[in-house]
Amino acid sequence: MRRFRQADWEEPLIFELGREERVGFTVPSVEPEVSDAVGDIEELVPTNMLRSEPPMLPEVSEIEVLRHFIHLSQMNYGVNSGVFYPLGSCTMKYNPVINEVVAAHPKITEIHPDQDEATVQGVLGILYQLKRWFLEVTGMDDASLQPAAGAHGEFLGNLLIRAYHADRGEIDKRREIIVPDSAHGTNPASAMMAGFKTVEIPSGEDGCVDIEALRSVVGEHTAGLMLTNPNTLGIFERNISEIAEIVHGAGGLMYYDGANLNAIMGKCRPGDMGFDIVHVNLHKTFSTPHGGGGPGSGPVGVKSFLADYLPVPTVEEEDGVYRLDYDRPKTIGRIHGYHGNVSPILKAYAYTLALGGSGLKEASEIAVLNSNYIAHKLKDVRGLSLPYAPGVPRKHEAVLSASGMAEETGVRALDVAKGLLDRGIHAPTIYFPLIVPEALMIEPTETEPLEALDAFIEAVKEISDLAYSNPKEVLDAPRNTAVGRLDEARAAHPKTICLSWRAYCALAGRG
Amino acid sequence: MNKPHPYMPNSVTEIKEKMMEELGIRHIDDLFSDIPEDLRFKGELDIPGPYAEAEVKGMVLRQLEKNWTLRCPPFLGGGVWPHYVPAVVDEIVRRAEFLTSYTPYQPEITQGMLQVIFEYQSLICELVGLEVANASLYDWASALGEAARMASRLTRRDVVAVPYLISPQRLAVLRAYTEPVGIRVVKVDYDKTTGLLDLEDLKEKVDSRTAAVYIENPSYLGFVEEGVETIAETAHDAGARRRPREMGSTPTTKRAPGDYDADIVVGEGQPLGNHMNYGGPLLGIFACRNDPRMIRQMPGRLIGLTQTQDGLRRGFTMTLQTREQHIRREKATSNICSNEALCAVASAVYLSLLGPQGLRDLAEVVASRAHYAMRRIGELPNIRAPLFSSFHFKEFTVSFKGRTVAEVHRDLLSSRMHGGKPLVDEFPELGEAALYCVTEMHSKRDIDRLVSALEEALER
Repeated sequence: MRRFRQADWEEPLIFELGREERVGFTVPSVEPEVSDAVGDIEELVPTNMLRSEPPMLPEVSEIEVLRHFIHLSQMNYGVNSGVFYPLGSCTMKYNPVINEVVAAHPKITEIHPDQDEATVQGVLGILYQLKRWFLEVTGMDDASLQPAAGAHGEFLGNLLIRAYHADRGEIDKRREIIVPDSAHGTNPASAMMAGFKTVEIPSGEDGCVDIEALRSVVGEHTAGLMLTNPNTLGIFERNISEIAEIVHGAGGLMYYDGANLNAIMGKCRPGDMGFDIVHVNLHKTFSTPHGGGGPGSGPVGVKSFLADYLPVPTVEEEDGVYRLDYDRPKTIGRIHGYHGNVSPILKAYAYTLALGGSGLKEASEIAVLNSNYIAHKLKDVRGLSLPYAPGVPRKHEAVLSASGMAEETGVRALDVAKGLLDRGIHAPTIYFPLIVPEALMIEPTETEPLEALDAFIEAVKEISDLAYSNPKEVLDAPRNTAVGRLDEARAAHPKTICLSWRAYCALAGRG
Repeated sequence: MNKPHPYMPNSVTEIKEKMMEELGIRHIDDLFSDIPEDLRFKGELDIPGPYAEAEVKGMVLRQLEKNWTLRCPPFLGGGVWPHYVPAVVDEIVRRAEFLTSYTPYQPEITQGMLQVIFEYQSLICELVGLEVANASLYDWASALGEAARMASRLTRRDVVAVPYLISPQRLAVLRAYTEPVGIRVVKVDYDKTTGLLDLEDLKEKVDSRTAAVYIENPSYLGFVEEGVETIAETAHDAGARRRPREMGSTPTTKRAPGDYDADIVVGEGQPLGNHMNYGGPLLGIFACRNDPRMIRQMPGRLIGLTQTQDGLRRGFTMTLQTREQHIRREKATSNICSNEALCAVASAVYLSLLGPQGLRDLAEVVASRAHYAMRRIGELPNIRAPLFSSFHFKEFTVSFKGRTVAEVHRDLLSSRMHGGKPLVDEFPELGEAALYCVTEMHSKRDIDRLVSALEEALER
């Protein structure tokens, strides 16, 4: 096992650096002819709108700024800079460098979204082509690229469900969106955003949707069902056709949460499973970087009967010329000020070319192979178990439970996570899905070498051994990261909460 | 496919076979055996590739080459603006440790990102004059939608008043965010001479149902809203939250919204160190007062400063997560999960580089050149610029007589210059008008060239 020590610069806040009058950047001067013509611009500003004091921004030189943020970057952990990032449900796959290189080209970075279509045929072509490929992978008919993230796509999907029922005069009674208890938190939250009520249904013993439970809640108040397949346990919902039949039979629509698409590209398609609306996270399945939390991109695809409701504009092609189409009289309007997150879309375009249809399929195959390999090697580790249908192959991820370890040693999933950090490995997602106690949700993706999988497995075994021999050692982890465990209670307590430098100064002043 | 792929270390046949042997399976498809036969996708996806890196690069760049090279940046604003992005900003956001990380769920190993976002929140607070800012939302338009919903939750009221001269795109997003929960949007008229909010009409439209009054400063059409005190009073007298937005690169010369009693501030952070990228990613700014009731209703992530458990040193962590979807599900304040963190990093670096002096200088050069452009264009025959008499910052309306906006636009394009955004469909009552924008990216020479091109176009 390699020895890991994360950098720790004890980096001051940017506000604590610098000296008066230092600058990190200069802007072009006003040309003499310009100032001759307009005079002192400040005198033109309405006096009540002048700022009495400048904002309290730091005054730092260029090299101080550069070093400060490079130091902070060294106190962070990324897929491309770490060794393994098995954060379940987030598909932390390698972010290819070439995608960043092409996305930095000024012919994309310096393009304004309101430019004449004739001047942006290149980027429109990329948007259109990516849309076509997205439809091919998902088996849908039409799509919008506006959603800036997966949850944004879910919100749009729910607006489409709403528009569909409203158009049929049924929105007043169809108020409910059904979500399984294993669903991503964004599912019920997105339904809420669109004004729906959510109805949660329990999972069956096999970890899949309980068909009887579903039957008991569908009816004339059902607007739709949101589901990810494979689900958050990494298990394929094999009854999906029946589920779709039940929901459709009740007059509801089927929404596919594409967070887990990385498991099934080229193997099966949501559009063939009976889904009416699909979103895909380009920042997961299509390799675009997560950026510390974003930007993402969450295109939404629909079956043709919902195409009229899509947001405007959509990108269309006619005789080799690309244009923005605003002609959708039944559109839900817009959910983004412009055309969505174009830069990630461009990166996804480059990624798709690098893999092609066959490569996308192989990516899914190897992602699934990797996760089953880990599940197989870990399920018998002392204190761990693989709840729900242990005999069924997992797809892109596997959810293990550390509840045995927690009961027997007091070492919980959280502690296992911290132990992994100490070994230079990012923790899996923990305590999700909610239906697995002490959950460790592991998604290796296809881009990790066998050596990384084995090192991870070894690390988990080592932590398990420690839990049973010297639990305190795990409970005290991490020690090799920039800082140890943080005081979360203090961070949230009304007396000590501190969300900005302003608040920090005020707290310090209060002593 | 037998050839190993560079992105997939385990695509080597021997490794796959070894792993399958461990699993006791003979073929990869055994792992997909639970997918019902009739659902399996037969054949290959109709997607070209795989291509080698050199080919990918060539294909993407050939496609991008079809985007025009203009003689100078387009004279476009309205929600995305051409501003210079310092090299240091690009250098930092390319760092793999930031770029390829995700949400800092494990704070011990992600202090770097947490501290940068805390600094971003702090810098935004200084800019807008409030005490709390979140870690980012998707863009200005969705931030406005979230703000309207938050104001409605706080006041238990269901009407939001907005200026008539709001950007129609932003208004469409606001409607998408508010209609499903029964919030009504009413438009407040404007003074035909100044463009400013009609304060009489505002008083008429604000009542006991008003959850918020939203103003934009500078406005969509570029002028500075001056009646802020009266607007704030009107809104607060009726018990509403007032929600001006602060545009990102708004200069130090302009008053911060927090100083004129704004409760919630939303805005666009793209001009603060983010490239235009054909309109995305953008950066939704969201800030509010340091009022626990308000903070609990905020959408999005918040990073807090705290200590390590041993109390020995400072550290940062995500906080008040019980507002968020991954904890609270359908009772969350928003469904947002992925946000625009990397754009927030860019803005933190940008504001740190500029500092108070840089911001002030930037404001001066932007406004000076915009005024120079307004003056020169306004002197031309058959042109008015701007249409309104108020103080404009970097955007301004230009209207034509004798030729249509479309005709002028085409003529400019033929000399590889991109004029302003046509307003003919958005606000037909303004006539043949367009919204022009000038920033520090437009030199005096660029402006002079634009003026000559406009002059020629109008002489045709």
